[in-house]
Amino acid sequence: MTPIIDYMALSALLFAIGAIGVLIRRNVIVMFLAIELMLNAVNLAFVALGRRIGSMDGQVIVFFVMTVAAAEAAVGLAIIISMFRNRETVNADELNLLRW
Amino acid sequence: MPQWLFAFLAALAIIGALGTILQRNLVHCVLGFALVLIDLGVLYMGLGAVTVGFLQIIVYVGAIMVLFLFVIWLLNIQADTGVRGGASLSLKLVGALAAAALAAELFVVFSHAPKLREVRTIAPAFGSVATLAHVLFSRYLIAFETTSLLLLAAIVGAVALARRLAGQSAEVAAMPSQPGSAARESRREVA
Amino acid sequence: MRRRAHTQRLLASDSGVTIELVIGAIKAVVIVLLVLGLTTLMLWFERKGSALIQDRIGANRADIFGLGKRLGMPNFGVINTVLADPIKMFTKEDFVPDGADRFLHGLAPFLALFPVIITFAVVPMGDILKIGKYEIDLQPANLNVAALYVLATIGIGVYGIALGGWASNNRWALLGGIRASAQMISYEIAMGLAIIAVVVTYGTLDLQQMCRAQGGVWFGFLPRWGILLQPVSFLLLLISGMAESKRVPFDLPEGESELVAGYFTEYSGGKQAVFMMTDFAEVLLVAVLITVFFFGGWQVPWLYRDGFHFPGGAAWLLPNLAVAILQFVAFWIKVIILSCLQILIRWTLPRLRYDQLMRLGWKGLVPLGLLNLVATAFVVVAAGGK
Repeated sequence: MTPIIDYMALSALLFAIGAIGVLIRRNVIVMFLAIELMLNAVNLAFVALGRRIGSMDGQVIVFFVMTVAAAEAAVGLAIIISMFRNRETVNADELNLLRW
Repeated sequence: MPQWLFAFLAALAIIGALGTILQRNLVHCVLGFALVLIDLGVLYMGLGAVTVGFLQIIVYVGAIMVLFLFVIWLLNIQADTGVRGGASLSLKLVGALAAAALAAELFVVFSHAPKLREVRTIAPAFGSVATLAHVLFSRYLIAFETTSLLLLAAIVGAVALARRLAGQSAEVAAMPSQPGSAARESRREVA
Repeated sequence: MRRRAHTQRLLASDSGVTIELVIGAIKAVVIVLLVLGLTTLMLWFERKGSALIQDRIGANRADIFGLGKRLGMPNFGVINTVLADPIKMFTKEDFVPDGADRFLHGLAPFLALFPVIITFAVVPMGDILKIGKYEIDLQPANLNVAALYVLATIGIGVYGIALGGWASNNRWALLGGIRASAQMISYEIAMGLAIIAVVVTYGTLDLQQMCRAQGGVWFGFLPRWGILLQPVSFLLLLISGMAESKRVPFDLPEGESELVAGYFTEYSGGKQAVFMMTDFAEVLLVAVLITVFFFGGWQVPWLYRDGFHFPGGAAWLLPNLAVAILQFVAFWIKVIILSCLQILIRWTLPRLRYDQLMRLGWKGLVPLGLLNLVATAFVVVAAGGK
């Protein structure tokens, strides 16, 4: 049996990788994927800790996170599409119309 | 879950995660992430959360990731410069160091939680469809019903945002990009 | 330390574990061989059947040293399908177009075939078979969430097709891949609704339990098959299943007249053969699912664990082995009949237009499936189900 701490370590590592992804990539789609990666790292922690305390709440929260992620992906990708239509770029640095 | 299986799955997840953030081709990034998602689904099953594990694969891998692929092909996004280009090197270095520090801090915190090292057995029904449904439809009923509202709002919002208004040109995204199209066409780099 | 203890336990335990493993391996091998064999059979039926429907002769040339001719046997094209064409396909040049993503181009066909094949792991091919002191469940993997597993593997199946189209570096192939993924995602919803209605009816996600629930009779003679409880679901699953397998009338991803050959335009030889096998394996999978959900799975009418009990009251008792064999054979006969039905539909109907396809999926099947699900739920609650 694998102790829960191993799952937590993996979760932390994945979260860190996701955070690095958001910081070093400027492509909004990759940034979006990196954010989803962080969400999933947290999901893993929820499931692992839920098992540790023998409660279903962790899994329920993961279920809700998944639903929210689906909604987020639909709206987020729609935003990316409309952004690309207007500016022809998916580079976050070039979207600087409101910057001064 | 036996230790060797966990080690294998963890290694696979980390490889997939690194692939997601480091590869230049967006389709490869999405595939790397799909690998992570399937892998996490299997890990959930190993933790006894069988239903959630399968839902993860059905919803995330079967639907959301395909949506990502769709958008990438629809927008004709060429392979970008990957980790080179974009933000300045110093920002990246600071970011990477901060993330590494975050991971290290989490490791330290976890290693000081002795209860995380205990192994506990669980009831066989834990994580089954019936158990999850029972919790969802009793204690979390309101939240569950609100989720349907959220999804409806998301659908309407997505349609409204992605709709092509009258007069907008249809030429953007004429044809999706493919592996070799960069060689054929003048290259449009997306930083 | 823990590992050593585990190993010792493995070694110390009697041969029970080993025999369990051997039984599991045999079940796995049997089902894979059966699926591959039946795939070939379907291929043959498709070629000769379509020839019959279109008033052609069909495959009839290949022969081994003229042996069949000398013996005066009529040539049914079996050698063509089973031997000659596979040899031809697998010895062809494995062509990868210029600028293609070589890795994904090679991976895609297997990414398409693999999820379909592993789905068969949860298919119950019979009830319990008793050999000596061992009770063998004739379901390769006894999974209590099998219906979810089926939905998950079908969901992953999209990737092989979509990536095959993209990695080929060909416009037609990519269009075919995009069409395929849009179509498969759309019809997965109808398929899921059909399966959920069945799950609600039987109150279980376990395919073996579903088959068992379909045993027995109504009114003393009518087999309790699921199609009598869920006729709408049956239609939904048949239509959406055919759309999932991407064959006429839903073959827009291939659309020879518009897209050359769709997502496998740039595939040749062995890889293309794998894509073709995926098609037929999907036909078989749809037939298997329909059999399990709506035609009693391995149930033979009036056959119980101890033998036949006919409606008139007559009985014919049989040993367990005979019952198991009858169930096994009955299951695969049902599957073959339903596969042939799909092939007949394929060669009868014309191809839909893309807007018709989407309208049928989203405005026809999905609302119908939702209504059916709500009605089923009401009936189940009213009948005092779980």
